[in-house]
Amino acid sequence: MNAALALGDDALVLSHRLGEWAGHAPVLEEEVALANIALDLLGQARLLLSFVGDEDQLAYLREERAFRNVQLVEQPNGDFAHTIARQLYFSVYQHLLYEELAAGEGEFADLAAKAVKEVAYHRDHAEQWVLRLGDGTTESHERMQLALDALWRFSGELFEPVEGVDIDFNTLRDSWLAAVTSVVDRATLALPSGPQSGAWAAGAGRQGLHTEPFGRMLAEMQHLHRSHPGASW
Amino acid sequence: MAAVTADQTTQGTAGTADEAEAERLAAFDHAVAADDRIEPRDWMPDAYRASLIRQMAQHAHSEIIGMQPEANWISRAPSLRRKAILMAKVQDEAGHGLYLYSAAETLGTSREELLDKLHAGRQRYSSIFNYPTLTWADVGAIGWLVDGAAITNQVPLCRCSYGPYARAMVRICKEESFHQRQGYELLLALSRGTPAQHEMAQDAVNRWWWPSLMMFGPPDDASAHSAQSMAWKIKRHSNDELRRRFVDICVPQAQALGLALPDPDIRWNEELGQHDYGEIDWTEFQEVLKGNGPCNEQRLTQRRTAHEKGAWVREAAAAYADKHAARPGTAGAAAQPVEATA
Repeated sequence: MNAALALGDDALVLSHRLGEWAGHAPVLEEEVALANIALDLLGQARLLLSFVGDEDQLAYLREERAFRNVQLVEQPNGDFAHTIARQLYFSVYQHLLYEELAAGEGEFADLAAKAVKEVAYHRDHAEQWVLRLGDGTTESHERMQLALDALWRFSGELFEPVEGVDIDFNTLRDSWLAAVTSVVDRATLALPSGPQSGAWAAGAGRQGLHTEPFGRMLAEMQHLHRSHPGASW
Repeated sequence: MAAVTADQTTQGTAGTADEAEAERLAAFDHAVAADDRIEPRDWMPDAYRASLIRQMAQHAHSEIIGMQPEANWISRAPSLRRKAILMAKVQDEAGHGLYLYSAAETLGTSREELLDKLHAGRQRYSSIFNYPTLTWADVGAIGWLVDGAAITNQVPLCRCSYGPYARAMVRICKEESFHQRQGYELLLALSRGTPAQHEMAQDAVNRWWWPSLMMFGPPDDASAHSAQSMAWKIKRHSNDELRRRFVDICVPQAQALGLALPDPDIRWNEELGQHDYGEIDWTEFQEVLKGNGPCNEQRLTQRRTAHEKGAWVREAAAAYADKHAARPGTAGAAAQPVEATA
């Protein structure tokens, strides 16, 4: 598996999901923040995909089975709490991963060094909202807990080793768990207790096995590009 | 003023108050005449304040509702570069809305109050955003024509008599010009692309041209607020003057794009040194303003729904801020919502 493709697809797909919030956010400041994060991720995706080939060919002309993103990032937005839970799990992972990569000498060191600042902001944004929703009203507390629980089973996949990414994924898992536990505690929420992956889901996204909503997302994303073969935009 | 003199003779105190009022009005008129800026703490006539709130609120609402027709294409943008540009643009619009609500708040209203009025249909937004984006080329037509019309309208507002509004416009116009160039460039790529792309671009221009001309408002002889706004130097030019300026700008741009403007009556008028153009369908304009445009219902419903579905999130943030402000030793927590934990 190509590491740039895996990391690039993560960023591309999550960026797309966040872009779906435009015009629907709960408050204007979140219109700005969610679009900002989506743009950062899209920028990372474009760099990573261009390590592999033509960014548009890769984004628009691959079918579902050829995408290498984790299943977590393709999950539908749900309510704001689901979006924030997804963002917490992913941005803590991405922040820890990029810090490691930036400190190393691998092919992603430069990219990670630049992206780590953006990702630190994404992580802070997610953590601050988990605190507010968890420790806000009874309703927001319940919604935040439901969202953390619902997405928990996609979190294990984040720590399946990615070939070509030269870090210890077990250490990454420990750091991630410590960070997420700390935020969840402070937010007066409970760490979800179920398995971190389904019976056959661990690493599935990285192998091109996705969840059902993903195909529909790609249909929308790719439709126009595919309708005009060879055109430039 | 006769009335003032009469008051002075009969009621000493009231007369002094009226005199003071007349002095303040004279100072205000003098400041406007001298092209000084009126600032939030300065005295201003109630009608000036009300007129500015109306105009700035409508402007802010237009930025917010205006996100919808373009956001409609974010998930389908045909290249990653175009997708990034479009997302950045929609993000800028939310930012412009925020500047403008802040500027309006200096006049003693609040964002919540203005949004409530928008949601209740008691304040307007630009009629243009009641038209649908049916193809990708519409994103380009909006950038070129709609943002182009907005800039033509807004550049003179950078010299508006009310300081906070003028300063917001300086910032907004810079970003709008950038969007306008990007929209033009998008259409140029389509116009020079495949025959299907060219056709898509022409179709979009056909549908957006007349609604863009309507953005300048009713003709001068039917414009309710124009004369007073111009006297107060909120507005600097009449609707028809700005509209004609816009046509003059667009004609050569359309030629350079290789796209036709859908008006057989456009021609250069040698004598006047400007373009003549065809009659605008004012019935359609009135219908859209009344709420009967193609997307009025949809736009307002989406805005209301986003607001209502977000209520629990805003309540959570407020409850959290209250809890953390109430704790002893965390006096600054409400003003500084970022927790100080390492």
